[in-house]
Amino acid sequence: MKPVSTITSPAVPLLRDNIDTDTIIPSREMTTTGRTGLADGLFAAWRYTDAAARVRDPSFVLNQRDAIGTRLLLGGRNFGCGSSREHAVWALVEFGIEAIIAPSFAPIFKANCLRNGLVPIELPEDVVRSLQWAMVTIDLASQTVSAGERSWHFGIAPEAKQMMLEGLDAIDLTLKARRAIAHWLARDRKARPWIYPGDAR
Amino acid sequence: MAHTLFDRIWQTHLVAAPGTGSSLIAVDRVFLHERTGAAALRRMAELGRPVLDPARVFAVMDHIVDTRSGRGDGTLMPGGEGFITETRAACAAAGITLFDVNDRDQGIVHVISPELGIVLPGTTLVAPDSHTCTQGAFGAFAWGIGSSEAEHAMATGTLRLSKPAQMRVRFHGTLAPAVTAKDMALHLIAHCGTGGGKGHVVEFAGDAVSALDMEARMTLCNMATEFSAISALVAPDAKTFAYLAGRRYAPADFDGPYWQTLATDAAAVFDAEVAIDAGTIAPMVSWGTSPEQAVPVHGTVPQGPQRAHDYIGMAAGQRLQGTAIDAAFIGSCTNSRLSDLRRAAAIVEGRRIAPGIRKALVVPGSMAVKRAAEAEGLDKVFEAAGFEWRMSGCSLCFYAGGEGFPDGARVISSTNRNFEGRQGPGIRTHIASPETVAASALAGAIADPRKVLAS
Repeated sequence: MKPVSTITSPAVPLLRDNIDTDTIIPSREMTTTGRTGLADGLFAAWRYTDAAARVRDPSFVLNQRDAIGTRLLLGGRNFGCGSSREHAVWALVEFGIEAIIAPSFAPIFKANCLRNGLVPIELPEDVVRSLQWAMVTIDLASQTVSAGERSWHFGIAPEAKQMMLEGLDAIDLTLKARRAIAHWLARDRKARPWIYPGDAR
Repeated sequence: MAHTLFDRIWQTHLVAAPGTGSSLIAVDRVFLHERTGAAALRRMAELGRPVLDPARVFAVMDHIVDTRSGRGDGTLMPGGEGFITETRAACAAAGITLFDVNDRDQGIVHVISPELGIVLPGTTLVAPDSHTCTQGAFGAFAWGIGSSEAEHAMATGTLRLSKPAQMRVRFHGTLAPAVTAKDMALHLIAHCGTGGGKGHVVEFAGDAVSALDMEARMTLCNMATEFSAISALVAPDAKTFAYLAGRRYAPADFDGPYWQTLATDAAAVFDAEVAIDAGTIAPMVSWGTSPEQAVPVHGTVPQGPQRAHDYIGMAAGQRLQGTAIDAAFIGSCTNSRLSDLRRAAAIVEGRRIAPGIRKALVVPGSMAVKRAAEAEGLDKVFEAAGFEWRMSGCSLCFYAGGEGFPDGARVISSTNRNFEGRQGPGIRTHIASPETVAASALAGAIADPRKVLAS
């Protein structure tokens, strides 16, 4: 994961509620087992009038001139609901999105964001609405969103924040606790032997 | 101090609290499928990270496999075969038990995991699949994760989590005839909204939940993800233990005192409580493009977001019942088990689907379900009524670019998601119970299963 720094970007509004991960990256756009090559399929059903021929729909917000190069999306309630596919986050990141501000996120999507350096920020619905097309700055270290004279504090799990700021890998971090894991497993093998089918072989 | 079942599972799986605000929680079981599992295994191989205990990792081909008979690795989805062959090779290299395309135990991950006794009460189980919450029906903490978390679980045997808040949803009273666990789930989501369970682990309780058989409890827990819950669970009872005892990966019996500890104390306090009178629930059907946009089948479309009305082609005030449909689908991790098929078959037996129905599929949740259904002659009942009888898999619960419904079709479906485009571009999905799907297929229009059963 790349360390997250301060993000300044126009806030592009996509304020529908319940935007799901099938919409963010349709299943038919996930054509390989890799993590890349997904940006082109981002919001394919909404972004193109003909997805197969990649004919852009000029009325879709991400196709508008002011949205070009944006790093920040505004979303509606329960953003990222549906399928657990991490491809939704990979597609957004590859497209250049670094943060999403929404009234709420679906839990799996939010967890996937945190593991990929995409900052999920929950702010009240009226605040999210007021940020449409504003030039917004996000400072993860101080957990602040600001636009002009206004600013808001947002919550984020302290560990996830630290990992994003420093670009840490969760697996590397956890492997430092190898001994604690081995100790727990040794104890659990005695307490719940039925959990370990490998031991019976 | 009083504890919930979830507290107890959390506590027994707590490996360490690193002091950074999260806990290291042991993961007992990882289940992969070919759609997202291959990506995780491929990256682990690239980074040289071994799977800690392959004997506790399982994989199945369910998401994009062909469901027509005589199937192999080929799939109608462009590029689909690569997911299957890569998953097979990656599982072999890592020593992971795979239920392959033509394995007799193949089926939808959340159908076969209980069939094989892989999910057990008191366990933690993860899968890179949002409907993993289904398996909480067995008193396990089972939840959906992304590929990165799947890699983490396989490499370390743990996940880093903040302890989630807890909610209890109690259904009391008795369900009316032809009202099912699917209707309970849709009623709850319509009542509280798709954000209603946000971030919580939900325990389903109450006499109406105890009265459900294990398959119905799975249906109820299945849609917790549509409620924005992390997961859902039901405390294990005699039904749970009887279902699992002696299955391949389960203990031969559940006689020891440990199993009785897997319960929520009477005095336990939840962060949120919801109470619902099960007797007030009607067969539900979705009218819009979110599972919260659902109403009783005899009801009318309420005013919702204009975009949902435009996509689905129904105006506020319009009656659901009598709305013409083009296709019907019975299947998915929500409603594809033997009891689901029996109830749907009881409705269509001796009848024919309406001439206007252009595609009608029954896709059993597993090959074991398929064999059991065939032993009872259910396949013949469905085929005589005009349904296609398929091999098991996720099938058209979602559109992957291969097989699809006729252009612009309005589909009545026993699945879990009615999102825009979920079953194909422009496809309009109404989700409902298998009974309601069966009754609607006969009528050629959205229909009330209570009327068919009464006739």
